[in-house]
Amino acid sequence: MKSLSLRHLKNFAVTTLMVLATLAVLAPLGLIFLHILKMGFSSLSLDFFTQIPKPTGESGGGMANGLFGSGMLIMMASVIGLPVGVLGAVYLTEFGGGKLATAIRFSADVLAGVPSIITGMVAYSLLVVPMKGFSALAGSVALSLIMIPIVLRTTEEQLKMVPGTLREASLALGVPLWRTCLKVMLPSAAKGVVTGILLAIARIAGETAPLLFTALGNQFWSRKLTEPIAALPLQIFSFAIAPYEDWHKLAWAGALVLVMIMFTLNLGARFLGRQKRYS
Amino acid sequence: MNTKVQLENMNVHFGANHAVKSVNLDFPANSVTAIIGPSGCGKSTLLRAVNRMHDLVPTARVSGRILLDGTDVYARGVDPVAIRRKIGMVFQKPNPFPAMSIHDNVVAGYKLNNSLKRGEAEEIVETSLRRVALWDEVKDRLKSSAMDLSGGQQQRLCIARTVAVQPEVILMDEPCSALDPIATLKIEELVEELKERYTIIIVTHNMQQAARVSDATAFMYMGEMVESGPTKKIFTTPEMKQTEDYITGRFG
Repeated sequence: MKSLSLRHLKNFAVTTLMVLATLAVLAPLGLIFLHILKMGFSSLSLDFFTQIPKPTGESGGGMANGLFGSGMLIMMASVIGLPVGVLGAVYLTEFGGGKLATAIRFSADVLAGVPSIITGMVAYSLLVVPMKGFSALAGSVALSLIMIPIVLRTTEEQLKMVPGTLREASLALGVPLWRTCLKVMLPSAAKGVVTGILLAIARIAGETAPLLFTALGNQFWSRKLTEPIAALPLQIFSFAIAPYEDWHKLAWAGALVLVMIMFTLNLGARFLGRQKRYS
Repeated sequence: MNTKVQLENMNVHFGANHAVKSVNLDFPANSVTAIIGPSGCGKSTLLRAVNRMHDLVPTARVSGRILLDGTDVYARGVDPVAIRRKIGMVFQKPNPFPAMSIHDNVVAGYKLNNSLKRGEAEEIVETSLRRVALWDEVKDRLKSSAMDLSGGQQQRLCIARTVAVQPEVILMDEPCSALDPIATLKIEELVEELKERYTIIIVTHNMQQAARVSDATAFMYMGEMVESGPTKKIFTTPEMKQTEDYITGRFG
């Protein structure tokens, strides 16, 4: 009997530890969410979405230009990064073999691990210096460099899961391999691929470091590719370190919006990922 | 009878593995030739070499000659895609495109190649489905998913899809191994009808099936072509001891 109760005790202790560990994982997310909600919600207003920042000393204003800028940066980064990532993955699964494919996979993994500030420096030296100025283009390139390895590897994983019998079926009908890849393999993996893309977008939407010396940020509206452009994370950063109470409030509101965007993207990715897939 | 497909001293290697060894075999036009043999004897490998499905396997190497109407399908300058349009293939497991409707599956060969002409689809779908005796079963639900069909229906759909692109030769790689006896019977009847228009090469591990559907039979063992000839002769008075042992069930 003694040994039995000891076993129960051990069981209880380990279970408790595991529950605590689970809570430790969940708690930070909950705390972040609640805190940002508390601080940001009161400052959130229609102005936030429609106004640009007011000059120092005036109250009010919003981050419309930052939202727009972030959207533009993400869109351009996607235009550059998605084709490279998705088509690269098609190459790896369907055409690649041997040393080159291994080299590509390895460099994608390393690229995914490179600190994002380094990515920003690369874009700085490649684009900002030769073009003699900060620009939205440089920011997009920096973001696309972060996007490519994520999209490449998730797409590759998804393509690998498409049954090979579909590829054979298409080839046996006299469909060239490249058409088979684009019209049979990729659509079959589409849901997983889109999930990966959403996660990649969620990742770059919050990136600040690579934008610091590429897109730079802008107090005003800017739509030009060759000029500095505002971005939500950059605006949060500069407003949060400014010595004005008003600006701090706006920064909190911006943080809340950013977190909501991330949350939505992740939720969307989960939802898509959960849908039934063809076997 | 004309020879449609001819194998001349054909070999298939996978790296160091010599899977098909110096095979010579003629396939007469508008007839059914069965290739039988125990698992791993190289019969599927041989079949897949005929429409160049091995091209995608980096380690695979095909040597010798495979002639379609006298032209080597592996000759320099011959497009494997063009070869596969002339030599269709039906696989072991029914593999309709899961995201496509029944209708779209039949015309998949055209759709995937963007070569479907306006107004052409309906006729192709009906003719092809009638040819595989599936039309009456599915004509009211052409828009529903191909995955709603039974295994046997799916396999007939796959044959319809192959027939739709108007091949000259149809390769069948154990087309009934995933099907129940009734569905198998239907496919066998179909093979009998299809040979009027196409040259059929069927790989099977089911000897009764070979005896029922084929005009000629070839027996393979360990990558070698042991014996080939009219089906009746192979099953009644085989010349080789190995063939006799196999068809009487003494091994394999």
